[in-house]
Amino acid sequence: MSAPLLSVDDLVVDFSTRAGNARVLDHVSLEVTSGEVLGIVGESGCGKSMTALSIMGLVPNPPGKVTSGSIRLEGRELVGLSEAELCEVRGRDIGMIFQEPMSSLNPVFTVGEQIAESVRLHENASPKAAMARAVEMLRAVEIPEPELRAKAYPHQLSGGMRQRVMIAIALACRPRVLIADEPTTALDATVQAQIFDLLQDLQTETGTAIILITHDMGAIAELADRVAVMYAGRVVEKGTVETVLSNPQHPYTKGLITCVPHLEPEPPMLREPLPEIPGVVPALTDLGKGCAFAPRCLERIAQCDDSKPPLKATTGPHLTACWVAGQ
Amino acid sequence: MEPRNSALVVEDLKVHFGGGRGLFATKPTVHAVDGVSFTVPAGQTFGIVGESGSGKTTTALAIMRLVDVTAGRVTLGDTVISDLDKEDLRAARRQFQIVFQDPYSSLDPRKRAAEIVREPLDLMQIGTRAERDARVTELFGQVGLRPEQRALFPHQFSGGQRQRLGLARALSTKPDLIVCDEPVSALDVAIQAQILNLMARLQQELGLTYLFISHDLGVVQHICDEIAVMYLGQIVEQADRVTLFTNPQHPYTKALLAAVPMVHSNKRNRRDRIRLKGDPPSPVDLPNGCRFASRCPLAESRCHEQTPELREISPGHRAACLLL
Amino acid sequence: MTEPTLQVTHPLREMATMFFRNYTAVFGLILLIAILIFTFIGPLVYQIDPFEMVWAPFTQPGQDEYLFGTDYLGRDILAAMMAGGQVSMAIGLAAAIISVVIGVTVGAFAGYYGGWVEEVLMRFTEFFQVLPTLLFSMVIVALFGASLVTVTFAIGIVSWTAVARVTRSEFLRIRELEYVTAARSGSAKDAYLIFRVILPNALPPIIVQANLMVGSAILFEAALSFLGLSDPNVMSWGQVIGSNRPYILDAGFAVAIPGFAIFLTVLAISLIGDGLNDALNPKLRQR
Repeated sequence: MSAPLLSVDDLVVDFSTRAGNARVLDHVSLEVTSGEVLGIVGESGCGKSMTALSIMGLVPNPPGKVTSGSIRLEGRELVGLSEAELCEVRGRDIGMIFQEPMSSLNPVFTVGEQIAESVRLHENASPKAAMARAVEMLRAVEIPEPELRAKAYPHQLSGGMRQRVMIAIALACRPRVLIADEPTTALDATVQAQIFDLLQDLQTETGTAIILITHDMGAIAELADRVAVMYAGRVVEKGTVETVLSNPQHPYTKGLITCVPHLEPEPPMLREPLPEIPGVVPALTDLGKGCAFAPRCLERIAQCDDSKPPLKATTGPHLTACWVAGQ
Repeated sequence: MEPRNSALVVEDLKVHFGGGRGLFATKPTVHAVDGVSFTVPAGQTFGIVGESGSGKTTTALAIMRLVDVTAGRVTLGDTVISDLDKEDLRAARRQFQIVFQDPYSSLDPRKRAAEIVREPLDLMQIGTRAERDARVTELFGQVGLRPEQRALFPHQFSGGQRQRLGLARALSTKPDLIVCDEPVSALDVAIQAQILNLMARLQQELGLTYLFISHDLGVVQHICDEIAVMYLGQIVEQADRVTLFTNPQHPYTKALLAAVPMVHSNKRNRRDRIRLKGDPPSPVDLPNGCRFASRCPLAESRCHEQTPELREISPGHRAACLLL
Repeated sequence: MTEPTLQVTHPLREMATMFFRNYTAVFGLILLIAILIFTFIGPLVYQIDPFEMVWAPFTQPGQDEYLFGTDYLGRDILAAMMAGGQVSMAIGLAAAIISVVIGVTVGAFAGYYGGWVEEVLMRFTEFFQVLPTLLFSMVIVALFGASLVTVTFAIGIVSWTAVARVTRSEFLRIRELEYVTAARSGSAKDAYLIFRVILPNALPPIIVQANLMVGSAILFEAALSFLGLSDPNVMSWGQVIGSNRPYILDAGFAVAIPGFAIFLTVLAISLIGDGLNDALNPKLRQR
């Protein structure tokens, strides 16, 4: 594996809430290389979106703060940068797209103006050149009649089109890393497929590293090269998509894969009940000293309640944080 | 348990919105549901899948008589739901209930859990006060909630528990039919399985008939016996679950199946599958001919002129495509 | 497995917690309670008839044991402040209740039924809204005589439109929510939906509006009294200002003291209103 473009090391983020301190990210380590898609998967509240915000330097403070750890982009430390420096990194080096394209776009400006704005913020371009670039970006994200669409307002576009515009804004300055936080959750299946194709095409052309945040194992299988499974603020399993999906080690990963009724090309005649993960995600304020998943785990042993398992290699570069796995 | 053989029969259901005369211009007519027919045998689960704007939710609401039916007939057992007047409808509602998508907005935040579950019983004056209370306790047990949770307010429950409350409310009047409008799509993946298993178990125990609306083909494949695919207010294909997924005929169904990311697929091959361009046209100004023609990769010139009928292409398998 | 704790906190209790966390709102509440004690408990301790001449006119405050001095007829202003406060508050409250009853009824029916019902009711509301309120209430008082009841009604009738608009917009929003549809599928009748389902959920902004309405009604009453359009036989703060108005240059205190009392009361009510607004807003509550 070549040197990582972006690496997150032992990142700890705490939130002080009324109910006490919540450790939303607990020693998270991730890395992504150029031209690679890293998938981060987990249920809501597992810390996957918070990881993205930390990388963007957007952890809301207060109540949150980066307690320890580092985030390096091509060797440059991002933790502790000033707001002005971070602003430069955002957009130019790291772009981000969100789940709800409608609320991320400003309704009173045309989409062309918004893309051009993003270009001018980071590059010394004339208004005319920036607008030309905006049209070019709209063409790149396969929007038909880009000259015409550049003059449209967000509400005049469909959901899929708006997400394309968001991608165009995020990619306008050719960032090295693109973070996509549930980019297709609000979209229809056929439109989701189009957006996935687009992301893959753009990546092949530009070599941008993509961090795909999702709850959908199917999306991970389609798009990602490597995957990190998160639970209660920790990475519980990490490896290539092929190994993690075909040979999951952590009981949570196994549960996530089997509990979802996946579309089968040839459905069985007889229907079995789905395997369940009992219970719900714990509150981050009252995690005990043991493994956070232990209360829901079907394979737990005594050790699970006593101490948190470290993320260690099971087979090759496949890492799992579980006392039971690999024994 | 009393025998249940009542089935839901929907004939040529139409729901159009708008179309009235405005002050300056005629408001456009939205053909949300445009001639939908299907039959659901008692004790079975009938799924309707489609994308946003396909009319699947409007179909559900029309069957529930929660939106006005423009034309067509909906029959549940011996009751013609679509013809009932206001008073008869109120009395008949105990036979059919609904579970909503959003477990947050579907429960009144100012009522306690027990009040929410008991509300239909109170409104329809079913049983005595004591009987209603006993029924609530029974329902809490059936859906896997603890009796001491009866006094809690909705915001004190998790998403999955809220959906259990929604199910308990729907079950309270002992209905024959439960219309489920995307009941698990707002839930976390690990919670979806809990609710789907609960629904399957309740169906077996109580002999319920489900009309299951969803955009998630995986969920539909898992829980439904018979499935209809809707596009722009019409059914384009309908078959039992095994046939529909192993032998899809309509190009839209094929594209929809191809669009779903699969866990055990090889990502290198996915480019060979059908991809649709663009978004569905709006149900306001419908194109002539086949409604899918503008996005169909196989469309011929006649597809833009002739309207395909939904016809049987093999026993129990219906599709609406001129090319078949 | 973490289950939500079985501690049942009523939403109202949560609101109270939020409210008491807000210092300015608590200050407003304390201020209002102090004013209420002054006006309602005060007369029991300080038993002087506010209409009786007790000393030389225009005695300065603090002089000859009269804390607030005397007015142009030599009446004790402290006693007038207590008696007048009772009337001002009562008018404020009664007028607010009248405007809430009219406003909620009109707004609820307009928002729930929509269509032509809404058209008619909202045009009706707009008709009242475009009338110059002070002038209109003066006309009512002039027509029906300056009694306490007509003044209260006049104020109520000119100020319900804001409540109607708030209620209607809340009804429009809430009637689309799924729990309302759920109640409909449970065969609820219109009255049940309006009063038992939608109205309780629409209450927060209405309560805030009603609270502010008490303050503005007190101001309104003062304005009418100032113009001499209130019951001359009933003492109110506005009445004290109105009757001493000709002598404002010689005895400013006789106008300033009731003016300040009105200012404090309206301030207290506004602070409480702000606090209620924050406490009743669920989005703020989660912070």
